[in-house]
Amino acid sequence: MEIFALLDCIISPACLLSQAAGGLKIGMLLFLVASGLTLVFGVLGVINFAHGALYMLGAYFSWQIMSITGHFGLSVILGALGVGIFGLLFERILISRVYNADLLVQILLCYSVVLILDDLVMIIWGDEFLSSVGVPEVFQVPPLFIFDAIIPPFHLAIISMSFIVGLILWFIMTKTRFGRLVRAAAVNPKMLEALGININLLRACVFMLGSFLAGLGGALAASVGSVVSGMGNSIIIESFIVTVIGGMGSISGAFLASLIIGMARSFGAVAMPLFTDGLMFLIMVLVLVLRPQGLMGNKK
Amino acid sequence: MLFLNKDNFQRDVFLGLLVWLILIMFYFIFPDPGIHDIIQKVFILGLFAMSLNILIGYLGLIAFGHAAFFASGAYTLGLFLQSDFVSNLASFSIPVAMLLAVLVSGILATLIGAICIRLKDIYFSFLTLAFQMLIYSIILALVNITGGDQGLMGGFPKPPFLGINLGKPFDFYAFTIFISIITIVILRQIIESPFGYGLRMIRDNSERPAALGFSNQKHKLIAFIIAGSIAGLAGSLQALLDVGAYPEWAFWSKSAEPLFMILLGGMHSFLGPLMGALIFEILNDFVTANTRYYGLVLGLVILCFVLGLKKGLLDWILIKFNRK
Repeated sequence: MEIFALLDCIISPACLLSQAAGGLKIGMLLFLVASGLTLVFGVLGVINFAHGALYMLGAYFSWQIMSITGHFGLSVILGALGVGIFGLLFERILISRVYNADLLVQILLCYSVVLILDDLVMIIWGDEFLSSVGVPEVFQVPPLFIFDAIIPPFHLAIISMSFIVGLILWFIMTKTRFGRLVRAAAVNPKMLEALGININLLRACVFMLGSFLAGLGGALAASVGSVVSGMGNSIIIESFIVTVIGGMGSISGAFLASLIIGMARSFGAVAMPLFTDGLMFLIMVLVLVLRPQGLMGNKK
Repeated sequence: MLFLNKDNFQRDVFLGLLVWLILIMFYFIFPDPGIHDIIQKVFILGLFAMSLNILIGYLGLIAFGHAAFFASGAYTLGLFLQSDFVSNLASFSIPVAMLLAVLVSGILATLIGAICIRLKDIYFSFLTLAFQMLIYSIILALVNITGGDQGLMGGFPKPPFLGINLGKPFDFYAFTIFISIITIVILRQIIESPFGYGLRMIRDNSERPAALGFSNQKHKLIAFIIAGSIAGLAGSLQALLDVGAYPEWAFWSKSAEPLFMILLGGMHSFLGPLMGALIFEILNDFVTANTRYYGLVLGLVILCFVLGLKKGLLDWILIKFNRK
């Protein structure tokens, strides 16, 4: 462990700021994906192991749309919407059959979908890495220098966009009728059904929203990194970590946990480059042992 | 004794030896090394899956980090065989290293299990997953000892002991199956003992045994330790087979493999996971020989089992058979 490297970084404004910005970018991208996972768990009670595969699908969809239209904004939005629709079908055809099944069955069902999708994208798009969609032209400018810290403007765009999506999500969940229904469904779905609410429709909508968020995360990731089959297999574990640390089903908790994980990854890379992932799992273990319901979760 | 059920012990030993002899004859009847390879892998992975099924099938705890113990068994064996301390034992080095592998995995399972069993349901699953990934990260970080992401490099010696030379394919085949069958017979005793029925009781209604003055936590911990130790044994056999150990064995997807086997074979029959391992290996062999898209086929098969049969093959057969 290189504790002096970390100290050196913290006292230098340039390093501190660029690592913090890097951590914020990682954390906010993670929040997009993890918020979908935690939303689906909170309302449907299903651990969607295929969430990472949906993220991957988002990256492929947006890559495909980008190569046809060449329009960045369109590729991100249509890519995410495509995954939303895919998620809707996935929920109706498969997930809805296992709502009352036990945990193992749900996990295996989702994991089989991961295996199938990982191979399907290879069949459709080939098994080579697809080079990233690329940063849109507006952002192809020299990076900003703030206190000598190098900050690419596109990263700022990703951070603010994720932040706006988070705000919209917060608004939907707390201020709209739909959000109130969703929160009620998480607490007592039977009562909601008795009151004449179509619970199946609600569940499908929530799953679609969750998939949309995964797809959005994947579409944005495709603009900064390469697209490859199996790219969802690490994000899904990170999303689990965020979901657990924040409290399962809590979106505000996911926000907080994403920031913690983003910073842990960014500064961990300075302090202990070989153990950056280990640091995340250590935090996860500590939270589960000391506060199993998560930082913002309610005790059952 | 709490762990012994004498009634069936002799019968099980007899059956086990019989199966072993049949499989040895099988070795000579079908000289194809590919088939031998499948059979010994079925036993190694079957042990791994059966150990996990103690927790899943008999205790109802969905452990999602079982590969941690498989990997710890493999790495312990490899590292000890590379060390001077064990390799100086010459002809005893392999049995000693295997014992140490089981012991270290058992100690690891004690530490991890003691913490994990305090949690329930999905939280238990997540904590086992977190511990496993922590161990995976440690293996990657300790490059000097474990070889990092390259795996344990340089191989290790396999000196003969008691006239068994594991370097020879036949010796390895007979030895692996023998060790596996002994372990399965012992496991059968444990599962059919009062202790084993205690586990089922906790699974079906955890409040009742507690009210009867039964220590649920103690039973869970012992089951966790037994499961971890057997997984460690399976890992050590795998390491002997491959003459090495790889970090992927500690990755979460390795924990999914025994889950598939349990699903395919059945979690409510004792030998179900072993049958699952057989299906898994045959499928693996058949599919990889014909297509690159192994995941696609495996995924579809799992989907059929989850949504169609809704139980493992052996469970299904036994239910059909009993009805008639």
